[in-house]
Amino acid sequence: MRNALGSVDTVLLLGGRSEIGLAIVARLVRDGASRVMLAARGGTVPDEELERLRRLGAEVHVVDFDASRPETHQDVIDTAAAKLGDLDVVIPAFGVLGSQAAYDRDPEVAARDVAVNFGGHVSAGLAAARRLREQGHGTLVVLSSVAGVRVRRANFVYGSAKAGLDGFAQGLGDALHGSGARVLIVRPGFVIGRMTEGMTPAPMAVGVDEVADAVIEALRSRARVVWVPARLRPAFTVMRLLPQAIWRRMPR
Amino acid sequence: MTLLTGWGRTAPTPATLARPRSADEVAALVKENTAGRGLLARGLGRAYGDAAQNAGGTVLDCTALPPSWTLDPEAGEVTASAGTSLHDLMNALVPRGWFVPVTPGTRYVTVGGAIAADVHGKNHHVDSSFGAHVRSLTLVTADGSVRVLGPADDLFWATVGGMGLTGVIVEATFACVPIETSRMRVDVERTRDLDETLDVMTATDDRYRYTVAWIDLMARGGRTGRSVLTRGDHATREDVRGVVRGDPLAFAPRQRLAAPPWVPDGLLNRATVGAFNAVWYGKAPKARRGLIQGVTPFFHPLDAVAGWNRMYGSGGLVQYQFVVPFGAEDTLRRVVGTLSTRRVVSFLTVLKRFGVGTPGMLSFPMPGWTLALDIPAGVPGLAGLLRTFDDWVVEAGGRLYLAKDSRTSAASVATSYPRLEEWRAIRDAADPDGVFRSDLARRLRL
Ligand SMILES: Cc1cc2nc3c(=O)[nH]c(=O)nc-3n(C[C@H](O)[C@H](O)[C@H](O)COP(=O)(O)OP(=O)(O)OC[C@H]3O[C@@H](n4cnc5c(N)ncnc54)[C@H](O)[C@@H]3O)c2cc1C
Ligand SMILES: NC(=O)c1ccc[n+]([C@@H]2O[C@H](COP(=O)([O-])OP(=O)(O)OC[C@H]3O[C@@H](n4cnc5c(N)ncnc54)[C@H](OP(=O)(O)O)[C@@H]3O)[C@@H](O)[C@H]2O)c1
Repeated sequence: MRNALGSVDTVLLLGGRSEIGLAIVARLVRDGASRVMLAARGGTVPDEELERLRRLGAEVHVVDFDASRPETHQDVIDTAAAKLGDLDVVIPAFGVLGSQAAYDRDPEVAARDVAVNFGGHVSAGLAAARRLREQGHGTLVVLSSVAGVRVRRANFVYGSAKAGLDGFAQGLGDALHGSGARVLIVRPGFVIGRMTEGMTPAPMAVGVDEVADAVIEALRSRARVVWVPARLRPAFTVMRLLPQAIWRRMPR
Repeated sequence: MTLLTGWGRTAPTPATLARPRSADEVAALVKENTAGRGLLARGLGRAYGDAAQNAGGTVLDCTALPPSWTLDPEAGEVTASAGTSLHDLMNALVPRGWFVPVTPGTRYVTVGGAIAADVHGKNHHVDSSFGAHVRSLTLVTADGSVRVLGPADDLFWATVGGMGLTGVIVEATFACVPIETSRMRVDVERTRDLDETLDVMTATDDRYRYTVAWIDLMARGGRTGRSVLTRGDHATREDVRGVVRGDPLAFAPRQRLAAPPWVPDGLLNRATVGAFNAVWYGKAPKARRGLIQGVTPFFHPLDAVAGWNRMYGSGGLVQYQFVVPFGAEDTLRRVVGTLSTRRVVSFLTVLKRFGVGTPGMLSFPMPGWTLALDIPAGVPGLAGLLRTFDDWVVEAGGRLYLAKDSRTSAASVATSYPRLEEWRAIRDAADPDGVFRSDLARRLRL
């Protein structure tokens, strides 16, 4: 249960090796969360990550989870609930960022990644939401991206999946309204980290820690949407208004 | 679904609210709710945290049980329905020359809530807590049966202080206190600092049935812990002769003021609370003896303003109450010292000496010092500060009051309530499928 000061007790991370996801989990544990489940492909998470969370005081479980197999998602949620009890925070943090050029060459890979970046979030998100609704409390943290706020030609496959995800998260948040369960939509810009390794940071790039800090603050204040950094929000208010002819020429 | 919170107005969760009007209706609801998110009794919602909430489940509003009471003046006992408030009881009993055995700092609590939290009052050092005065109680258990329990039953002592997790109390019989008047004879005195407060209370508390110290937490340096002690007894006819005209037992609490429905956030801040505290301390006489006071100003000063918890704004408030055994005064000094150097805003900080506790397995009071603070939930750094206090308190052999808690950890409760396992065994036997559940129980893994 979330307590009066916003600390939670249990956390489920889907995409259990995600850099951003683990940074959020570590903060939640530092603030009092005592049981964690990391759901990762192959059911393994590097020992040093497990140790880090255990040293902070959490009991940590690991379970196999593949975002591209929607038929297994309900089971993963049930397993987590059986091990952790009520799910206070669920963070689907899985995702793949392929290059647009590669997607252009191989449409099948593009469709497969979209199935993870969008489809996987739909099945895992709906399964989690059902559980949260029954509980009458809990927050689903959806890692959207500014890439989906206005899709750019430079990465429109990834961006369109994020656009779908963002719309899904908004609708789900509305559907859960009044149930006690909530959705927090996180819209980071360019995050310097493992996923973007080797890429040149875009303007207003942030680090993984900044994203995690912002998520913690948003969970505490029960915000519905958080942009990281916050000034991306006014920036995108403007960018959404740019004529398509100009937007199309944006270099990245 | 109805969104429920405790008195602190933090961490709301929705539940289906049912309003049973009889023990039979309670039993029927229990039988209906054996699967899923379970159910829980709720009284007047005066517990500060999540004790009377059950997210996604069913909550029985026990104030729907028709208020009722019968007085047996021979035995000095009252039998009341669990939904009866101590306010209603006092209105009925005081003019007849009887007083409730224990009253918390508000009389807007139900008999069920008073037993479930085993509440204490200013007379704990003399009279122990509410459960010590209960002769029998009627409990609807998880199988839907209606059981009458007495102090010889284990389940009775798992229910006293059991926070609603053993079943629904529908009625109770408890001893009352004979009184000659509806007034209190009160001595007020101020102390210079915490040490003097502790010394005076230790030396002379036993001369009074009711005692409490209000600490001015805003005072710092050499004045840290300066307090106003109010201590008294039920006034006799002799005491009020010439002071009170007419029937000495007349009892008509004044109509309450209401806090405004909307209050700007941050109204209670360091400046306003500091000013309030200074005025309260300043207006208290250095020493005044034999003051004749009514029940409300002596026992329930906050009841004069209905809904005063709204003054804390949308963020709500956290009440922090712990007890440490006698001998652990250093822990108390450390907490009070830290609060006053960190300038933590606490509107009302109350210190009290506890006497012997009851056999209630999860009952809070034990011989020692208890300190209660009211802090706006939005105070920066509060979570970490209170976690540190938890550690000090538990290390000193003390514990936190579940009826006030809204933020401690399962681990601190497990180590500080040594009879938790024993309680669990009795609860599990009475409720093997976990029908009775609360947000508090989930949060603290009770
Ligand atoms: C201003 C103020 C001052 C206070 N001062 C004190 C004090 O001095 N001393 C003290 O001990 N406490 C004090 N309290 C706390 C209060 O006395 C307790 O929380 C009490 O339990 C509240 O009773 P309620 O009827 O409002 O119960 P609720 O708050 O509705 O419920 C409290 C608990 O009792 C259980 N419960 C309620 N009814 C039943 C029932 N019929 N059967 C089974 N379980 C039931 C609930 O499940 C829950 O766990 C104070 C509270 C306030 C707001
Ligand atoms: N980094 C950014 O710039 C940025 C910006 C905005 C939004 N985001 C979003 O934030 C989320 C977290 O990203 P991150 O930065 O933490 O990247 P990350 O460290 O690469 O984490 C992504 C995780 O997803 C997992 N994953 C990929 N496919 C999966 C599948 N089929 N099944 C299960 N797990 C799968 C990966 O598992 P493996 O360990 O097996 O590879 C990886 O652990 C993603 O949704 C991402 O789109 C990132």
